Amino acid sequence: MDELNAGDTAFILISAAMVLLMTPGLAFFYGGMVRAKSVLNMMMMSFIALATVPVVWILWGYSMAFGGEGAFIGGFDVLGMSGVTPESMSGTIPEFAFSAFQLMFAIITVALISGAIADRAKFGTWTLFTVLWVTLVYFPVAHNVWGGGWIAETFGPIDFAGGTAVHINAGAAALALVLVIGKRIGFAKDPMRPHNLPFVVLGAALLWFGWFGFNAGSELAADGIAASMLMNTTVATAAAILGWLVVEIVRDRAATTLGAASGAIAGLVAITPSGANVSPMGALLIGVLAGVICAFAVGLKFRLGYDDSLDVVGIHMVGGIVGTLAVGLLASEAFGGTAGSLSQFGNQAAAAFLVLAYSFVVTYALGFLLDKTIGFRVKDEDEVTGIDMTTHAETAYEFFTAGGHLGKSGHASASAPVEGKVNA
Amino acid sequence: MKLVTAVIKPFKLDDVRSALESFGVHGMTVSEASGYGRQKGHTEVYRGAEYTVDLVPKVRLEVLLDDADVDDVVEVIVKTSQTGRIGDGKVWVTPVDTVVRVRTGERGVEAL
Repeated sequence: MDELNAGDTAFILISAAMVLLMTPGLAFFYGGMVRAKSVLNMMMMSFIALATVPVVWILWGYSMAFGGEGAFIGGFDVLGMSGVTPESMSGTIPEFAFSAFQLMFAIITVALISGAIADRAKFGTWTLFTVLWVTLVYFPVAHNVWGGGWIAETFGPIDFAGGTAVHINAGAAALALVLVIGKRIGFAKDPMRPHNLPFVVLGAALLWFGWFGFNAGSELAADGIAASMLMNTTVATAAAILGWLVVEIVRDRAATTLGAASGAIAGLVAITPSGANVSPMGALLIGVLAGVICAFAVGLKFRLGYDDSLDVVGIHMVGGIVGTLAVGLLASEAFGGTAGSLSQFGNQAAAAFLVLAYSFVVTYALGFLLDKTIGFRVKDEDEVTGIDMTTHAETAYEFFTAGGHLGKSGHASASAPVEGKVNA
Repeated sequence: MKLVTAVIKPFKLDDVRSALESFGVHGMTVSEASGYGRQKGHTEVYRGAEYTVDLVPKVRLEVLLDDADVDDVVEVIVKTSQTGRIGDGKVWVTPVDTVVRVRTGERGVEAL
């Protein structure tokens, strides 16, 4: 067993905290993009993952993902974190540090999916979905990509920080869920403008900051690879913003705030699998590619008629594929990288496809079952009225102040829904 | 008595208000409004998706007046809020049966 390295340990503990911050960041990123009547629900879908996933993680998640050498899942030896003590080591860091760091990835991966089903999902069903999805999809995929499972053994894909395990995975699940629960009422007819673009920019900034922990921290050591990953993460993100904005200026004649924030996320997604194996020049190219391709990809939903409300597919799945495939080629020595080749490109494609297909199929089945049993969608009337008020008994903003009075319990009841209309 | 209602461009409100103040009008009601005439709406773009926003933001200004002042006041409003481009707005005059000042109960011209 390796000896504990204090530098590595300090870095991973801080990185874990940074990755945790990405989920509230995502809540702002998504929350700003929906209409004012559903911002709280949008943010709660991310925030509830911060509540459910850590519980599931210590009970069985860590064991399934990293607790053994199984082909499909790790195993059940570490249920309830049994046997893990402050002395347990994982490489040069305590096992608790490794486990906590990996936990943060599970949280944000399921939270990412929520953007596709904005404004219309039953909150109770979504909460249950977060538990079932990480169990059936995320833990097996994480084990297969990072924990020594079948895909890792067979194809040896490069997925440094989660282009496949996190972004393609979440994107494919988002697509499946959208196909199960259907479009928002008024999709492609009513203008569904983002209600608070400053929130979107704030969220993108928090995500970018946290992503340094996500990407560089995935080295699990404070070393040169972590440093190059941090540099490449910055370069690719910057280049993707520029790429996206150039597309907008040519196509829409305006460089938009939403475009800049979206471009940043596209670049971050694409550099996630690849950043540790490419040169800064390679990172630059990956960033530009991701920014340009994703700027076009987000328009596909209107042509194909599926309501991926906040473009989880167009940015995370497409960006994840761009990064995962690009690293196969750009990591080659010709581009100053360390691992790429044509055969590596084939392995990247195989791993990406397998995860995409697995996530899509299992998520579709899970979503279908939940929809047929407890229902995945709120009533039409509640969706149109606003899911914040009808599901959470709250509204984000006070537009009308007149006419309020205190209810029996001492709570102001001005804008609370009528009793019996709340359905979580 | 008459009610003069003007729907004008928001950035002209300050000019109109001070012009009316110097003319001797000491009260008015202002509200934010949206609508369209020949100007139509404008276009916004979100992630490449174009949305046409039909309604343009305007300011709606209402003043209660004695019949004798109406023509002058309308002229002051029109002159100060005019830019000559489409979207300058409209001013119209409607008859008012009675006006009551809430504080004192005064009625009619006394209440203006």
